[in-house]
Amino acid sequence: MADLPDLRIGIDVGGTNTDAVALDAEGRVVAKAKRPTTPDVTEGLRAALDAVLAELGQGQDRVGRVMLGTTHATNAILERRNLGRVAVLRLGAPATTSVPPLSGWPDDLRAAVSAGEAIVPGGHYVDGREIGPPGLDAVRRFLDAALNAAAADAVAVTSVFSPASGEHERAVEELVKAEYGLPVSVSHEIGSLGLLERENATVLNAALYGVAAHVTEALVTALAERGLGARPYLAQNDGTLMTLEHAARLPVSTIGSGPANSLRGAAYLSGVRDAIVVDVGGTSTDLGVLAGGFPRESAAAVEIGGVLTNFRMPDILAIALGGGTVVRSGGVGPDSVGYRIAGEALVFGGSTATMTDAAVAAGRSPREADGWHERLRTAVEAGDVPESTLKRAVAVADEMVIDAVDRMALGRTDRPLVAVGGGAFLLPDDIPGASRVVRPEHAEVANAVGAAIALASGRVDTILPTGDSRTDAIERAKEEAAARAVAAGADPSGVEIVDLIEVPLSYLSEPAVRIHVKAAGPLAR
Amino acid sequence: MRTGSLAAIGAIREHGEVPLVHLDDLSDDALIVPLSGIGAPTVSHEMIHSADEPKRIAEEIERLFGRPPSAIMSSEIGGSNGVIPVAWAAQLGLPLLDADGMGRAFPEVQMVSMYVAGLPADLVIMSDIVGNVVTIRPIDGLWSERLARAVCVAAGSSALMADYVLTAARARGAVIEGTVTRAIEVGRATEGAADPLGALQDRLGAARLITGKLTDVERRTTGGFVRGTATIEGTGAERGRRLTLELQNENLVALEDGRVRAMVPDLITVVDTETAAAIQTEALRYGQRVTVLAWPCDPLWRTPKGLETAGPRAFGYDLDYVPVEELIAHG
Repeated sequence: MADLPDLRIGIDVGGTNTDAVALDAEGRVVAKAKRPTTPDVTEGLRAALDAVLAELGQGQDRVGRVMLGTTHATNAILERRNLGRVAVLRLGAPATTSVPPLSGWPDDLRAAVSAGEAIVPGGHYVDGREIGPPGLDAVRRFLDAALNAAAADAVAVTSVFSPASGEHERAVEELVKAEYGLPVSVSHEIGSLGLLERENATVLNAALYGVAAHVTEALVTALAERGLGARPYLAQNDGTLMTLEHAARLPVSTIGSGPANSLRGAAYLSGVRDAIVVDVGGTSTDLGVLAGGFPRESAAAVEIGGVLTNFRMPDILAIALGGGTVVRSGGVGPDSVGYRIAGEALVFGGSTATMTDAAVAAGRSPREADGWHERLRTAVEAGDVPESTLKRAVAVADEMVIDAVDRMALGRTDRPLVAVGGGAFLLPDDIPGASRVVRPEHAEVANAVGAAIALASGRVDTILPTGDSRTDAIERAKEEAAARAVAAGADPSGVEIVDLIEVPLSYLSEPAVRIHVKAAGPLAR
Repeated sequence: MRTGSLAAIGAIREHGEVPLVHLDDLSDDALIVPLSGIGAPTVSHEMIHSADEPKRIAEEIERLFGRPPSAIMSSEIGGSNGVIPVAWAAQLGLPLLDADGMGRAFPEVQMVSMYVAGLPADLVIMSDIVGNVVTIRPIDGLWSERLARAVCVAAGSSALMADYVLTAARARGAVIEGTVTRAIEVGRATEGAADPLGALQDRLGAARLITGKLTDVERRTTGGFVRGTATIEGTGAERGRRLTLELQNENLVALEDGRVRAMVPDLITVVDTETAAAIQTEALRYGQRVTVLAWPCDPLWRTPKGLETAGPRAFGYDLDYVPVEELIAHG
């Protein structure tokens, strides 16, 4: 029995810290660690993993799965590093020519990514008719010219109305793979309606193949070096997991997994499925909303590295308030001492007054705070900071949190607030807008817990006619979403439809609905 | 939503800057083409216009009138319809007229100054993404709308449309002049300003109806329009006050304690208190910190025909129109 692979490790790479936890078969946290995030990300990941394995001791043989939520892809885009060159193809000409691909991209990102762009014939109307047959010869001419001029690492293909009619994208994908041997990103696998935003996400996805391979290799190598036979997964932006094979095809989906993990972890640790979640870090505080155990998603378009995409991301409100936020007589922040808090804050014997100090002065402190009060008292008595300044800072910070909670709650005041993150002790016990404040155990590593407990999922977003065939069409969309969840690693017997949204469309020749389906389930054994 | 400005920036880069002309700069027989995109919003985010659509319309106008158009005009300066004509003008190498047909935004096609001025709606020219061109000679505005809608649906719910093609002579008094300049001035005054809200208010000559928090938005979709009510509760010095806005794609009536503070066709705009950026009705959301501004519409809308077309009763409100400056003075 001792060899049963019943443990799973969740790792979350955040801006300041890399957190790792191990959960047992019953889902209890049996080991946890926090290590600074390193510039290359991978070193911090290894350090956090080693710390958890050391705590597990002999138990490390029982680790069956490792789930990783990482900022590799986000960093690559923000820093324009390690990005692949992408030949960008759009099918739709003569439609859409008034806004060519990559319009509105920052010049440096465009220069780093583009291996040329073209709009060729193809694509569909909203009702499923072809605008024209796919211009396969035009595709060949474009690729021949593009590859002649510069090397391309991948091709991105976006066809008008492909979320409803994906066959032209598939035809081009087959051609490129067969004749050019390049990897292809097709937009209907990546985004929903909204041509430019979906195209942007598809191009970023194609540019991230190299980064995905690097992360995958780093994780697999780290596991192999430690003699772990665990199966690895990557976390994605909706709080669910992908197999490495899946992540290799859809690396862009890993962007934004951090907030989603933190929300899911908060739900899990607190046992609350509908709540406002407040994750207090070192520099900032993220607020999100749990609806039925999943993050409420943002309705607004999401910008990544200056590029607009239509990803469905958790609806997050970030405010400049964290444990390391600097407190002065004039106010609170927005600057923070960040990871240097362990040397600079008064409670650690440093000389900078931070929100952590203000909270401790107000009688709020984490479970383990050895010597904090004494050192703070010494600093106050030495005149490093007036007590009134610390008091006022707590009042200002509470007001910031109350205001932000109110914005996220949309007028509802009957839901609890779940406080997580390393700085959760900063939050007051009574917050108008929340029915009560829940402080679950292990809240400081909620994001890593969220990664460890995540499900696998699949989505479909398309337009369907509302006539007699509507019910069948919706059933087919559900089946497709479930199949995509299984492809992402879910156990076929455990997949459920967790989200179904129908929006009627106006001004069309035939009545139609836009439908969004999401299926999710536990990972297959 | 951002498609309009992306198209404009791209077209200017490719074809050069677009000159802005005033009505007085044009000879009497110069042809002005009011252009607008029509179609379903969901479709317009996916089926972006072809760069050739304006060209097809300009060619058809030359065939019909025996001379090429002299300027492009925005039918509606408010929202993206105010920006995308810059792209069309650039693609055609034509100037943009410093005028539009509304001086604001309105939800219905007949709510244009050319209609109020009594010009006939007897010619509609449409082009679509694949190059089809349709010319319609309707007997009145109702048929113009009905036939244009049918063509648009057949074309895949996306088309470009020119209606009320007019000479500079006929345009005098039938279009609202100076609105493009005004829009540019608003942008210049607020961008990077230390007090964007104050700068915006000064530039528009607007009254501040309330500064507060949006506490309720109720929406219902009827007949293709989003109708609803938004409630803003005063904050800070204005705590205890409460303003409600009646919405129908646009903000139509502002009420406080049962009294009207401003009404259509005067302009009522909800802006972010911090940035002064306008918030469109579909983006109104609980918790936003907003300021509601109101200012006078163009005098054309205050004529009997103007009020009949776009006054409170045209939107189903049983209210006698009172200009916003009088409501504020007596408030």
